[in-house]
Amino acid sequence: MHEMGIAMEIVEIAISSIPDNIKNACVERVNLKVGKLSAIVPESLRFCFDIVSKDTPLAGAKLNIENIPVVVRCRECDLKWTIDSPVFKCKKCKSGLIDIISGRELDITSIEVVEE
Amino acid sequence: MEIKVVRRVLDVNEKMAQQNRSLFTEKEIFVLNVMSSPGSGKTTMLERTLSYVLPEIRSAVIAGDICTSNDADRLARTGVPVEQVNTDEFGGDCHLAAHVIEKAASNIDLDDIDLLIVENVGNLVCPAEFDIGEDARVVVLSVTEGEDKPLKYPLMFRECNAAILNKIDLLPYLEYNKNSTLKNIQQINPGMPVFEISATKNTGFDPWIEWLKNKVKSKQKKL
Ligand SMILES: Nc1nc2c(ncn2[C@@H]2O[C@H](COP(=O)(O)OP(=O)(O)OP(=O)(O)O)[C@@H](O)[C@H]2O)c(=O)[nH]1
Ligand SMILES: [Mg+2]
Ligand SMILES: [Zn+2]
Repeated sequence: MHEMGIAMEIVEIAISSIPDNIKNACVERVNLKVGKLSAIVPESLRFCFDIVSKDTPLAGAKLNIENIPVVVRCRECDLKWTIDSPVFKCKKCKSGLIDIISGRELDITSIEVVEE
Repeated sequence: MEIKVVRRVLDVNEKMAQQNRSLFTEKEIFVLNVMSSPGSGKTTMLERTLSYVLPEIRSAVIAGDICTSNDADRLARTGVPVEQVNTDEFGGDCHLAAHVIEKAASNIDLDDIDLLIVENVGNLVCPAEFDIGEDARVVVLSVTEGEDKPLKYPLMFRECNAAILNKIDLLPYLEYNKNSTLKNIQQINPGMPVFEISATKNTGFDPWIEWLKNKVKSKQKKL
């Protein structure tokens, strides 16, 4: 629901990541990691991104979204596993002391640039 | 040409949240972020809560409302300073971001309070993603919302330190399985305290108020 703000943030980070020595750079692709626990809806993010990237070096760029599964680890017995339903309880020792290792990402990993 | 970036998109918010947190810690203020879906009873619960903790715990409220000032007006009647914030500025109405809190807090005399309550925008999804520099997060869930809410909004229930189950007075009129709700909450966040209250009938508040007062006091002892 806050995809518009996120899209604006992505455009800003991407623009500031274009090296100074590339003149008239144009960003073709933005590679993102989005955890399954994040509240981002890829379709709305793409929609917002297309709007806010107009008239910037990112116009027409593709958002490449890599979905990151939710991986957790038990603090008691160190078991690490991927969850596909929201149950935060150790499968082995039943402990509730569970840390989320991945699945909350909303990261830009790289941009792909072409010189015009 | 691929250029490595590796930046969290919410970096800016997280930095601002840390800045807020340092300020609140320096001022020995406990900050409570209250979240829920629209209409679950946040404002009613907070009006009651303030009447229990005042005047012993000096409080202030930041109320995030999309376009009215109803909540701020209601809360101001308890006598505490209330800052109403507009969520429109940051491309969305769905959550309060750290910079909004920073701005609102600058209008409050921080030397004069022990507890800062933030009533977040009614939404079970987005506010969970935005750190505002709070010490604890509380989710309010009302019994009219169905038993499966915790499973549908795992991040919210995972990120909170306590849950308030509100509108308990309505249980006799509903086909509602309270134990199933409690079980679902424990599945997402094992051990999280759940306080069952009726904000309108003013019942069940004691354990919640005790929890809150302890939190406020431990924040003061930290320095
Ligand atoms: N029966 C019953 N009704 C309640 C209770 N608490 C709140 N309500 C009613 O629920 C409605 C919404 O309450 P609010 O306190 O405004 O809810 P809110 O979460 O602050 O709403 P938003 O800020 O708009 O998201 C009001 O009509 C309240 O009177 C309760 O414990 N029992
Ligand atoms: Mg309200
Ligand atoms: Zn274990």
